[in-house]
Amino acid sequence: MAVTLNPHATTASIMETPMVEIERLSLWYGAKQALKNVSMAVPKHRVTAYIGPSGCGKSTLLRCLNRMNDLVDGVRIEGAIRVGGADIYEPTLDVTELRKRVGMVFQKSNPFPKSIFENVAYGPRILGVRSRTDLEGMVERSLRAAALWDEVSDRLHDSALGLSGGQQQRLCIARAIAVEPDVLLMDEPCSALDPIATARIEELMLKLKNSFTIIIVTHNMQQAARVSDYTGFLLLGELVEFGVTRQLFTNPRDTRTEDYITGRFG
Amino acid sequence: MKRLWRSGEPFIWLTGGALATALIMVVGLLAIIVVNAAGFFWPAEVLRLTLKDGSVLTGSVAARERIPGAHDVWRLKMNVANRDLYGADFVWVDEASVTRRQRPADVAVIERSEWGRLIGTLTAVKDGDTVVAAGDAAWPELERRLPGVAALRAEIRSLEKGAIGSINDEQETIRLALRRLETRGTTRGPDVDGLRARLAGLQARYAAEEARLAGLRATQTASVVVTADGSKAKDLPLAQILDVSFPNTMGPLTKVARYAGGVWDFVTDAPREANTEGGVSPAIFGTVMMVVIMSILVTPLGVLAAFYLREYARQGALVSAVRIAVNNLAGVPSIVFGVFGVAFFIYGVGGVIDRLFFAEALPTPTFGTGGILWASLTLALLTIPVVIVATEEGLAAIPGGTREASLALGATKLETTVKVVLPAVMPSILTGLILAMARAAGEVAPLMITGVVKLAPSLPIDGVWPFVHLERKFMHLGFHIYDVGFQSPNVDAARPMVFATTLLLLAIVVLLNLFAIATRNRLRRKYAMSAV
Repeated sequence: MAVTLNPHATTASIMETPMVEIERLSLWYGAKQALKNVSMAVPKHRVTAYIGPSGCGKSTLLRCLNRMNDLVDGVRIEGAIRVGGADIYEPTLDVTELRKRVGMVFQKSNPFPKSIFENVAYGPRILGVRSRTDLEGMVERSLRAAALWDEVSDRLHDSALGLSGGQQQRLCIARAIAVEPDVLLMDEPCSALDPIATARIEELMLKLKNSFTIIIVTHNMQQAARVSDYTGFLLLGELVEFGVTRQLFTNPRDTRTEDYITGRFG
Repeated sequence: MKRLWRSGEPFIWLTGGALATALIMVVGLLAIIVVNAAGFFWPAEVLRLTLKDGSVLTGSVAARERIPGAHDVWRLKMNVANRDLYGADFVWVDEASVTRRQRPADVAVIERSEWGRLIGTLTAVKDGDTVVAAGDAAWPELERRLPGVAALRAEIRSLEKGAIGSINDEQETIRLALRRLETRGTTRGPDVDGLRARLAGLQARYAAEEARLAGLRATQTASVVVTADGSKAKDLPLAQILDVSFPNTMGPLTKVARYAGGVWDFVTDAPREANTEGGVSPAIFGTVMMVVIMSILVTPLGVLAAFYLREYARQGALVSAVRIAVNNLAGVPSIVFGVFGVAFFIYGVGGVIDRLFFAEALPTPTFGTGGILWASLTLALLTIPVVIVATEEGLAAIPGGTREASLALGATKLETTVKVVLPAVMPSILTGLILAMARAAGEVAPLMITGVVKLAPSLPIDGVWPFVHLERKFMHLGFHIYDVGFQSPNVDAARPMVFATTLLLLAIVVLLNLFAIATRNRLRRKYAMSAV
């Protein structure tokens, strides 16, 4: 893997096919600046992790990528983000189209109060799929991809709220990938799960990266080290360092990164 | 003592005691209603009392109570009926003055269409002035004739309501059409002549039907002679007899059958005798129809308003103020809503509708007077805070993550609201509707001025085009209770009716609620939602 890292680290560039390019991105919530001049290129079909202490802006950065921040009042954004080469903050862009290409899994599992089948079929239905057989195929494929099929295949029409926490989170992953997005954003997907359920989701991420570009926000540095190929460290809205995961953890370039991963703060 | 308090035991007793008090009061209320209503339909035994002064009283015992101020002296309240003969249905008798009690088998209790019940002995059946049967032969003769009497009464009724009623309706339509032409300045010409010719035809048909009716009535010559206490004889036309029974010879099974029949008649018959007799079916119909119309009006309005408040409006001081105002609206006295209904719906909206669409009928108002639509609208206004608050609470209980998940899948805000939020909030909407229906079914004050009447000549739904007549006045169980209980000319006789009507109203509210609760539970099971 040919990787060149910018010595200044904040403008990391990686010599792989980029899927998501972020250029000098700054974001304000009212008067408070949450992201400062962040630039990076997220490579295709890899797992990229954002780490950093609470309030550093990693979730904010993630939510910029499918424009979920649009829903918050008083947000102002400067800079550019391109997904698959297209600017996503272009005024004529249809946000719903973008969100179909950039899926998201949330910190707290949030299945709809519907059946398991209807949860997974929701996205395809929004896309206009009507045929029952098509929907059944999509649901099965997505549930298999999310390693949930064997556990729920006999109760697809039961309420999704009857599943365990780990199952619910995998259902949310199945729901997100049912619309076949290019990018899958995961906002601390394991923070509410026990270690066994966490291990299953991590296993799943490694499998899914063959088909999707995955960006994960995590509090857990071991998790970032286990699942990600690339890691970005954010601190107070700044991207301090971005690079190959092993290198960042074993040989950080910035002393602040070293302080954080050795547990001196955060 | 301190340890006892710290153990929490007294608090548990306090909470339990509060619940028990509430339950006892509710159960007591229900018991009073049920006990008083249940006895109403039971065929009571008829006693013949002979008093010290030699006079005789025949009737059923309605109550027995201690004479105030005296020690262990009781008096009986006898329902002697025969209002036309004695002037009153009830007589008080000192038990001390009773010398003999008998249960004569030959005493008949006759339900009739006028003057309440008649209690006495059948002495003869007459046709015109000829005696057909007398003494013991009177009852078999009467029993043989009763089915024919009932059939004739049904025929007369169907003639009055059916043929003559529809001729009247048609005449009214033509009269209004003429009026419409007149207001446009047309008082002569082919149109007017055509209508006048049809009117003349109808008048001829009307005269013919009237003659038929008079002919039928002329055949009702038979009568029965009944001897009551004090040898007073009553010559009762058979046409007035609804039912004859001999309670003292009835077996328990017959009594149960008559009881069931009495309940059935009460629920299915129209009222008679200024509502103090007969059934309450028009009031049941009016109550249910009004609640249904109210539900149809209030649900979409309240739900949409709650959606705007919670899903779309920017949460701030203004929305909080609106929310408080909506909550307070639930505390406005219902009569105020009634006054608003009269001023706004009836005189305002109804007046405009009349001027635009029913000008030919003026000055007789069509929509500009109380009617079931305006009463339902007024109640919808009254109950809308309940629906808004329940829906809003349901919306607030849906986790924000649920909406985000839908948006993140590329759904628009509208798709999210309709496909995710609405189904999830459905149980709460039904909860609101249940509360609204319970409130609306029991409300009387605003209805009294927006369309409820003591006796409505026709139901709001019938066979005359356009079948549903929302402008019509209607009867309502709640008002019926008030009317029978407090406005009736014969309060004593009507009292059991008040309890029976109350019980019926309660039963209808419970039934409507059970239906809504069952629907809600099915939805909850489907989504395995927590109780929101």
